Amino acid sequence: MSKVMEKKNVETSVENNKVSANTSKKAGDSSVFMVENLNLWYGADQALYEVSMEVPEKKVTAIIGPSGCGKSTFLKTLNRMVEMVPIVKTSGEIKYRNENIFNNKFQKEYLRTKVGMVFQKPNPFPKSVYDNVAYGPRIHGIKKKEVLDQIVEKSLKDAAIWDEVKDRLHENAYGLSGGQQQRVCIARALAVEPDVILMDEPTSALDPISTAKVEELVQELKKKYSIIIVTHNMQQAARISDKTAFFLNGELVEFADTNNLFQNPQDKRTEDYITGRFG
Amino acid sequence: MLGQNDQSIQSRMQGRVLLNKILMVLFLLATTVGLVFLVLLFYRVLTQGIGYLSWDYITSFPAPFPQEAGIWAGIVGSVFLMVIVATFSVIIGVSTAIYLEEYAGKNKFTDFVRVNIQNLAGVPSIVFGLLGLTFFVYMFQFGYTLIAGGLTMALLILPVIVVASQESIRAVPAEIKEASYGMGATKWQTIRRVILPAAIPGILTGAIIALSRAIGETAPLIIVGAATAIYTLPDSLLARYTVMPIQIYKWTGRPQEEWQFVAGAGIIILLAVLLLMNSIAVLIRNKYQRRL
Repeated sequence: MSKVMEKKNVETSVENNKVSANTSKKAGDSSVFMVENLNLWYGADQALYEVSMEVPEKKVTAIIGPSGCGKSTFLKTLNRMVEMVPIVKTSGEIKYRNENIFNNKFQKEYLRTKVGMVFQKPNPFPKSVYDNVAYGPRIHGIKKKEVLDQIVEKSLKDAAIWDEVKDRLHENAYGLSGGQQQRVCIARALAVEPDVILMDEPTSALDPISTAKVEELVQELKKKYSIIIVTHNMQQAARISDKTAFFLNGELVEFADTNNLFQNPQDKRTEDYITGRFG
Repeated sequence: MLGQNDQSIQSRMQGRVLLNKILMVLFLLATTVGLVFLVLLFYRVLTQGIGYLSWDYITSFPAPFPQEAGIWAGIVGSVFLMVIVATFSVIIGVSTAIYLEEYAGKNKFTDFVRVNIQNLAGVPSIVFGLLGLTFFVYMFQFGYTLIAGGLTMALLILPVIVVASQESIRAVPAEIKEASYGMGATKWQTIRRVILPAAIPGILTGAIIALSRAIGETAPLIIVGAATAIYTLPDSLLARYTVMPIQIYKWTGRPQEEWQFVAGAGIIILLAVLLLMNSIAVLIRNKYQRRL
């Protein structure tokens, strides 16, 4: 594994310097999320400790770390899905586009419209492909068939699944393969025209070919969207992300440009993890 | 490892295979017991009742002579009653289940409510009859009318519908609920567009079972004053009424043998109506399942 990583690092280390120079120059106005001193508890168990980070706009930010390190919890806090567990408590601040998402006036429905999510297991509704993708626009009040038709087609094209499903739009999405279902789920998230897309290990249930397709898609999508992706797979993080955050036991250990983090980790724990000494 | 103990595995294998066969026979016997009694019931009812079953029997009102008696008032009364029961019990029952499963928090009070609803499902029907008598007949002054009977029966089957609806709502996968919330849907939008469509087959099954119980029920209706012999059909919610099981019960109580056959014919009709209701419900259920 480390061999693959090294090769990759050599290839992209030049680009990497450019990217980091770019991001540091205009860090202030080009971030979508500013997380400050975020703590989170499930009942009495603390799952996140004093997490602070800035998520850049129109970049892929990967979150890596061993199981149970809080990376999924952190992701779900960004669109407040974590509140579906009733015993969750938080402290600290998360600003989305300069507004605190924990503010009482900030509606979570609005947040989730702007911050879409793709889940670990493909989770299409037991409806047709069309109805799946049209779900978001419909709940936001779009009823005209022509408008919906347009949105569905555009979203499916943007999710690189249109050619595979254009002749079976009105068949149940459960009939598709796992990889196709996941891309329909991505199309469904795009149909709401979000600003940010959260992806929670989106390829962990997929075969290698479908995984490659989703990874390619992520590269396409970052031109228009800011993407935050939780992944268990370090090569995947190295392949597709611009920035990487390493979580361990609920703490953000290190957050840096992806190639810096993998090539030149600043923290001993990061180094141990990415060289496979634990996790 | 296995090879060393081949002999003993072989000998134990015989025992396992034998046990499997014995259990299969026992399970088959258990199934047969139920089937035999069902066939006996059908046989007795059919042989006794079929002679009295005719178009005249279906369309006639009760009469003093067995040859002239009919079950028309019972059929119409039962159908009207079921419409009232289904309307009230399904609307209130499903709403309760939605509240308990999706809106109410998990605390001591809601736990208490949940446990008590389950207990209510086991309360004897006669107790519901007394409840209906106190509230609907006397307190609301509906008297011995269709609406009083319908509401009493609706209360009787309400717990069954609530519990069945709760279970099918709970069985909707969390993943698809999350997908809906994740796109900015409100709770109600998620309930209406994702949870209910997925839960409706289960809810309907519960409603069918509950209504089947209600259509054969007599005890609470005797308490809230269903008539045993009426000669006009109920024309409003505040009219007197009778239902099939009460007619049948009344006929079986008469000393002359002919009335037993009249009752038998009534049971055939009751079973037929039951079968019809269930078929309609199964059709609705299949239609929804296909759409899923």
